[in-house]
Order: sequence, then structure tokens, then C-alpha cells
Amino acid sequence: MPTSGFTDTQLTVREAISQICSRFPNTYWQEHDQNEQDPTAFHAALAKDGWLGIALPEELGGSGLGISEATVMMQTISETSGAGMAGAQSIHANVYATQPLARFGTKEQREHIIPDIIAGKDRVCFGVTEPNSGLDTLSLSTTATRQPDGSFAVTGQKIWITCAQVASKMMLLARTTPLDSKESKSGIGLSFFCIPFDRSHPGLNVKRIKKMGGRAVDANEVFFDNYPVPASSLIGTMDEGFRIILHGLNAERCLLAGEALGLGYAALKKASEYARTRVVFGKPIGTNQGIAHPLAECWMKLEGARLATYHAARMYDVHASGRDSSIRATDVGVAANTAKYLAAEAAFAACERAVLTLGGMGYAVEYDVERWLRECLVPRIAPVSREMILNFVGEKVLELPRSY
Amino acid sequence: MRPSAVRLLNILVPVKRAVDYAVKIRVNPQQTGIDLNVKHSMNPFDEIAVEEAVRLRERLKDAVKSIKVVTIGPPKASEVLRTALAMGADSAIHVELPESSPAPEPLGVAQALRAIIQREKESADVDLVIMGKQAIDDDAGQTGQMLAGLLGWGQATFASKVDVDTGAKTAVVMREIDGGSEEIRCKLPLVVTTDLRLNEPRYASLPNIMKAKKKTIEKLTAADLSVDFTPRLETLKVTEPPTRVGGGKVESVDELVAKLKEAGFTAV
Repeated sequence: MPTSGFTDTQLTVREAISQICSRFPNTYWQEHDQNEQDPTAFHAALAKDGWLGIALPEELGGSGLGISEATVMMQTISETSGAGMAGAQSIHANVYATQPLARFGTKEQREHIIPDIIAGKDRVCFGVTEPNSGLDTLSLSTTATRQPDGSFAVTGQKIWITCAQVASKMMLLARTTPLDSKESKSGIGLSFFCIPFDRSHPGLNVKRIKKMGGRAVDANEVFFDNYPVPASSLIGTMDEGFRIILHGLNAERCLLAGEALGLGYAALKKASEYARTRVVFGKPIGTNQGIAHPLAECWMKLEGARLATYHAARMYDVHASGRDSSIRATDVGVAANTAKYLAAEAAFAACERAVLTLGGMGYAVEYDVERWLRECLVPRIAPVSREMILNFVGEKVLELPRSY
Repeated sequence: MRPSAVRLLNILVPVKRAVDYAVKIRVNPQQTGIDLNVKHSMNPFDEIAVEEAVRLRERLKDAVKSIKVVTIGPPKASEVLRTALAMGADSAIHVELPESSPAPEPLGVAQALRAIIQREKESADVDLVIMGKQAIDDDAGQTGQMLAGLLGWGQATFASKVDVDTGAKTAVVMREIDGGSEEIRCKLPLVVTTDLRLNEPRYASLPNIMKAKKKTIEKLTAADLSVDFTPRLETLKVTEPPTRVGGGKVESVDELVAKLKEAGFTAV
């Protein structure tokens, strides 16, 4: 991937992260994928050198950089050394889900929780999605009921919770007031929590979901049954949780776009190396334009998506810093969703083309591209579908009437 | 019991920006040198030297007063100083050369380092120079020895273990030599050159990388040091090593001996 257009700091991040990644070769990721084994050592290596705090405030042990730099980090992880989405996903939530906490948490919450996350002592999972409210987040039904002593009891079900088998904290979005109730100011009635995640507690049950790709990183169904949560877990104002997590969601779209890009560039590199060296009918297969042109097209798609991604990340950072009031939250949302969409599609095109270019070898675990093809479906589906992004752009940019 | 008046140690670590070890070297079409438009990083032996200086501080604590790194090279060479600062060096000097000037040779570098050490005398006497035994670009392997010679200091080359006694002003160094290792005791000041097994350099942590960005790098020119970097050697031609040709199999020892003789090999 060309590196022109990146800042010095972004290039420093890329260089340093690729050095750490070089200690975890593609065979490490093949094994962890095949054995469905968490890349604990990889998470620990990044935590040890402070990388989980890349976009968290300096006074809490972070480095105070932006989502632009964090996106470079995520792209570098999925791109170099074959870590793919699994490598990125193992730290993903620690980077973005902590953003609302850093912004809306009390001084005590911030100082109590964030340093342990940065140091890797606590790992985080993000609990929003539910089986009966996927994209329709506002309708989610897991409830946190306030107890007489001020604490909460959580009951309900979450699904597709990444890293719930290894996390010790969950950033939870739960209902504290019924939807459209006059009692809550926003009418949404959701609150945001950072809760201790104690899998040995009888009120908490975590069940692993067998899945297509990224098998090193667990995804789960999580069941809460009167699971007690201390009063101090509530982040920000009660019933204002939805507004709070929105700050994390655009950041997540940028990071995920970066992860998809990394995957795409990695696959394209593998494919072009193969096309240069694999000789059939007396010449390298890359001589054939039927092989070369689709690869060139993949590269251009990735480059376009890369521009959109780092544009979105920059807008997110400028907006978050409050330096430019002409950038509205919706503009950031449009840019971040566009980036996620384009990067995911470009990654899919590159991963699919890589498997086709390698032919039979592309189907073998040893060549990595089959693993990346399985993984690259994630950014196409999550955290928001292609269709919902198209709806969003249709409505917010093109001012078309809403269909749902 | 603490020894009275512990001598504080000032360490100087010269580092070089070289073509990254993982890059496949290509000779340029004019055969005058190699393609330099590739990834560069700190010479790996110098990285070991920086690591050793930082470890000495971790072992000897406050007895190590300063770790200063120095590089000589074009503007981009300051990148390796940033790396060294992120690893734990305190301050840096960049002797900046014009972008297209020829690479300085070992003697020029050694003279420049001597000038820096003499210049440092005003603020802090350098007691220990730790440097790579060679750079992986031209593999000269001479600068450390020349520097020790110019300064009239002791030298401990190819070090695989370094212990410094600040009170006694001595160092015990294990050297990698043909057929084994050799342990020598040296007086400070001293030039140590590092071998591969001395240590395994750390990765700089993100907070340290960010702090290193804020540290200032002192810029000097060749004129400031009154050093002339004009090359004394002329490179006639640079070529790729010949491509290996496949071998053959022999049936017996006799046939092997016959083949060797035929190829001109004889017993000494």
C-alpha cells in the first residue's frame, strides 16, 4: 500500500505496529483460527506497549491520539503478518467502546476503569445487539432495573458479543425506562453502563456461537437473569445512553473500515505475488490480463476506499476536538458509514479475487486467503448492514423519504 | 553500604540509518551502488547498542547520568534518532549531511565522533561509547576500532555481555571470538562494539514514542566539528553476487575426491 498522504505520526504507528505484528506470523493466526483459540498473547503484546490507549487521554495512561491514528493501527494489524480481522477484533472494542467512557464517565469512573483497560488487565466487550433488535437498536429490551439500594439488576439477552469469553468488563446498553415513556426525556429510555463481567455468577450465562470466520475471536450469546450491577456502573445520565454510545459508533465504523482495508491489501499482496511467480503454460499467470486486470481493479477500489476512510477518520477527530463547528455530527456519520461501506466492498472484492487468482491453492489454509475471504464478510454485515447504510445516505444526503 | 562518590556514567551511542534488514537489495542499473529508494531503519547492531545502554541504566539506576545518541547522515537520518529516543535515550545529536552527499567512510565517522566527544567534555565527559560492530549496509566493521585508536581509549569489540562497575571505573566484557568467547576487564573510558547475542532490543512503547517526538534533536554540520567527510575510497563497480548454479550427485567418495581435484581443490 502506498503511504503518501499519511502524517508522520500515522507512519510511526504503522511502523511500530508492524514490528509487533511480525512476532505473530500467519501460522500463529492459522492455528488460532483452526483451534478457535483466543490470541491472548497478541492482545497482551499490544497492551504491554501501550497501544490499547492510543486514542484515550494522556492523563489516564493513554497517548491522546485520534481515531485517524487508531485506524492506521487497526489497518496495520489486519494487513501485516496475516492477522486479518481476528487480530483486529481481539482489541477492537477496547479502542472504540472506551471512547464514550472517556468522554462521559465521571472522573472516578475514568480513573478507576480506563488505566486497567489500557494495561490489558481488563478486556472489554460491547453489549448492544440483541436477537430481537439488530439494527433497530432503539427497540432493545434488555432491562436494568434500579434496586432500592441504587444498584441495578440486569435481565435480558444479547447476541454477537465479541470477546465475551475473555472480557472482564462489558460496555452495556440496557433499557431503564420503557420506550416512548414520558418519564424519560429523550423518549428512548436506554442507559449506558460499564459493568463487571463475571462469568461465574449464576445470573450471567455466555454461550459461544460457531461461526464462518474470525474463529480465533469468540462471538457469543449472553444471557442476563437478575444479574446485579453496582450503581457506579452507570455512565453519564440515566436514560441518555443512546446519545452517549453514538460517539463510539462512528469511531467504530472508521476502525472497521481500516480493518477491512488491511485485509484487502493483504489479500491483494498475496494474490499479486502468486500471479508473478506461478508459471503455467511457460509463463507467469500474471502475464495474462484476465488475471492482471481484476487485480488492478481491486487495487483501485482499495485506494478509493482508503481515501474515504482516512477522510472520515479525520472528520471524526476534527469534530470531536470541536475545532471546526461547520462539521456536523451527521456529516461525520455519513463519512464514517460511507467509508465502512466502500472499504468492506473493496476488501470483499480483493479477498474473493485473491482466492480465484490462487485457484486450488487459494482454498488451502496455508495460503491464508481462504481465511481472509471468510473474515471479510464481517465488515460487510456488521456493525451495520449495507442496506441500512444506503438508507442512511439516501435519507441524510439525498433527502429522500424514509422507507421504514 | 553505598560506595562513596559513585562516578556517574555518560554513555554515547552512535547509530546509523541503513537499508532495512528485510529489504531485498537491488544493484542500480549503472552498477555504481544499490537502489536506496527503499525502506530504511536503524542498523540492527546499533539497536542492540541502544538497548544495552538502556539496560545499563535499568541495572545501575541513577549511576547512569546520560544516554546520548548521535547519527551522521541526510535529513531523514533523524528518524533513527527518534527510534533511539523512544527506546530510552535522553538526548540526540544529528550531524546533518546534504541529501545527496556520499556516505561517510569509517575514518570520517570516527573523526566526527571524536570531535563530538571532545565537544561534550565541556558539559559531561563521555565514559562509554557503545556502538554496533558493523553496519549492515557496507559491513566495514572498522569505526569502533578507529574511534578507540583516535581517542587512545581501550576497546572491547564484538561484545556479548557487558558489566560496568562505576565505582571502580571498569567494565568486564565478554567478547565473541573465533572458537569461543573471551572475557576481558577494561578501564573506562572505553569503546564497546556490540555483537548479535548481546541482547534482544525492545520495541518502543506508544507513550515513549510520543514522548520522543517532543524531545529536541541538536543539529550540527561537518563544519561545526571541523571534519572532512570527503571519501578516500573510490567505488569502481557494484554487482550482484553470481546466481548459484545447481550441484550434482556423486556415487562414491572416490568420485567426490576426483571431482574436487578436478575443480582445483587440494588438501593443505
